[in-house]
Amino acid sequence: MEILILLLALFVLALFLGVELITKVPPTLHTPLMSGTNAISGITLVGAILAAGSDTSPMLVNVLGFIAVTLATLNVVGGYLVTNRMLSMFKRK
Amino acid sequence: MDPHLVNLVYLLAGILFILGIKGLTKPKTAVRGNLLSSMGMLLAVLVTLLDSSIVNFSYIVAGVGIGAILGSVIALRIQMTSMPEMVALLNGFGGGASLSIALAEYFARLNLDIASFSDLFAKPSAEFGAFGVGVEGYFAILSIGLTVLIGALTLTGSVVAFTKLSEIMKNDYSLPGGQIGNGIMSAASLITVNMLIIEPGNTSAMIALICLALFMGVFLVAPIGGADMPVVIALLNSYSGIAAALAGFILGNTVLIVAGSLVGTSGLILTNIMCVAMNRSLANVLFGKMAEGGEAIDADEIYAGKVTSAQADEVAMILETAGRVVIVPGYGMAMAQAQHAVRELADAMEARGTVVEYGIHPVAGRMPGHMNVLLAEAEVPYDNLVEMDRINPTFDDTDVAIIIGANDVVNPMARDEEGSPIYGMPILNVDYAKTVVVIKRSLSPGFAGLPNPLFAFDNTLMVFGDGKKAVIDMTTALNQA
Repeated sequence: MEILILLLALFVLALFLGVELITKVPPTLHTPLMSGTNAISGITLVGAILAAGSDTSPMLVNVLGFIAVTLATLNVVGGYLVTNRMLSMFKRK
Repeated sequence: MDPHLVNLVYLLAGILFILGIKGLTKPKTAVRGNLLSSMGMLLAVLVTLLDSSIVNFSYIVAGVGIGAILGSVIALRIQMTSMPEMVALLNGFGGGASLSIALAEYFARLNLDIASFSDLFAKPSAEFGAFGVGVEGYFAILSIGLTVLIGALTLTGSVVAFTKLSEIMKNDYSLPGGQIGNGIMSAASLITVNMLIIEPGNTSAMIALICLALFMGVFLVAPIGGADMPVVIALLNSYSGIAAALAGFILGNTVLIVAGSLVGTSGLILTNIMCVAMNRSLANVLFGKMAEGGEAIDADEIYAGKVTSAQADEVAMILETAGRVVIVPGYGMAMAQAQHAVRELADAMEARGTVVEYGIHPVAGRMPGHMNVLLAEAEVPYDNLVEMDRINPTFDDTDVAIIIGANDVVNPMARDEEGSPIYGMPILNVDYAKTVVVIKRSLSPGFAGLPNPLFAFDNTLMVFGDGKKAVIDMTTALNQA
């Protein structure tokens, strides 16, 4: 129960931090912001790895874990690469 | 590995994500920010791989391999004009990943293996304890249910958004029953979540929930099209983050919660910015119609005999003497792939001493910031890309405003005509410039389906034809002058 409360506190504080951070991103970078946050949401890879690699779970769990690993890696690799590609185009005079 | 150490590394990864987004607040620091954020990701993944519960690496290696190869191929080959499709796909992958994790965790806790189709419906004699005792148990199954709901909805919604943006799906379809149908499906899915809380081992309820959520994603996005897509993409972006944060609650994983909430707020803030820029509520974008309630406006009456058309060389003559020019791009510029041609026209004008800036409306294009990325690709310096609130006061001192592929965002009806359906939507006041040049194929209305009185103004010149060709012709004429 204590852990649950702590996680909830973390969640709420992160939401407030998110609002403070994101409102400062200028409109010119909104597309890279979306692809960059897509890459960050690929953090689900962490959970996916745990599901795919466990040996004590039924086969079905490993297969679902495998799907999750694939999709999350697509997000991470695709997201960071395309964001980097876009951002390196933004130049001053 | 010591779980405390793992959690400390997750904390470090979270800090790097935050610094990464902070880097995005300035174009100068943005590349480094993205790099920091990717370092955080690498750390989090590496430390997870050291977890002692992982013994079977074959699925992980296969998944990472396939994902990394596909991801890099798509990311390096995609055209900048197709960035909305790319982001729609990434949103969908995120939703799909969270959905799979929630289901994996569900079946792992039930310790249920499915060998045949009928096994799916065989109720396992799972003790409630499989999900924890008391409030924690309720919370665990609630998190799983909500992650499945939002993850599945994001998955199919994003796939539909992708097919619409890439014009595989060209029409808008709505659910039979419209809003009532949507309401019934939302209610039904919440009921199935409730059934799971009462009886976690009820796999039939879980399967019903998955199906309902998949359908809801399709029917949420299928009726929406065209200029409303930026809102949908931003909203799905937010959902993919919320699904990740919820998955964090299932696994008790701090870094998932922090990263997921950052992404969730980012998408919500962008959704809100888009809605404000269209003067519409989110509900109106999702379930309403753009031009609802407005009386039919006769286009012929507005345009008859008042539209002045011009050729590219005539425009070039005006540009020759212009001191300040503002270019206003819209989705049409992306369609015509005209961003490089536009930059060359701007170069030709700047070579003659003209000041050139770009006025960017927040909803121009098919996703937030779409125009900025295209113009950055064409090597337009980002200081010249000016947002609506800063460019509007300058139109009084502007000699020529060139509009290429934009329509509704420069429609003066939104400012001047109180009865108009788009009244109140903030626009770029291009008509305050001395001369307005509109490059457009025809007088056809934009997404709002309204005629644009700007085209009939005395200071407006219409250049009819393909955007790219018209701009190139102007550049050629200007260079010869």
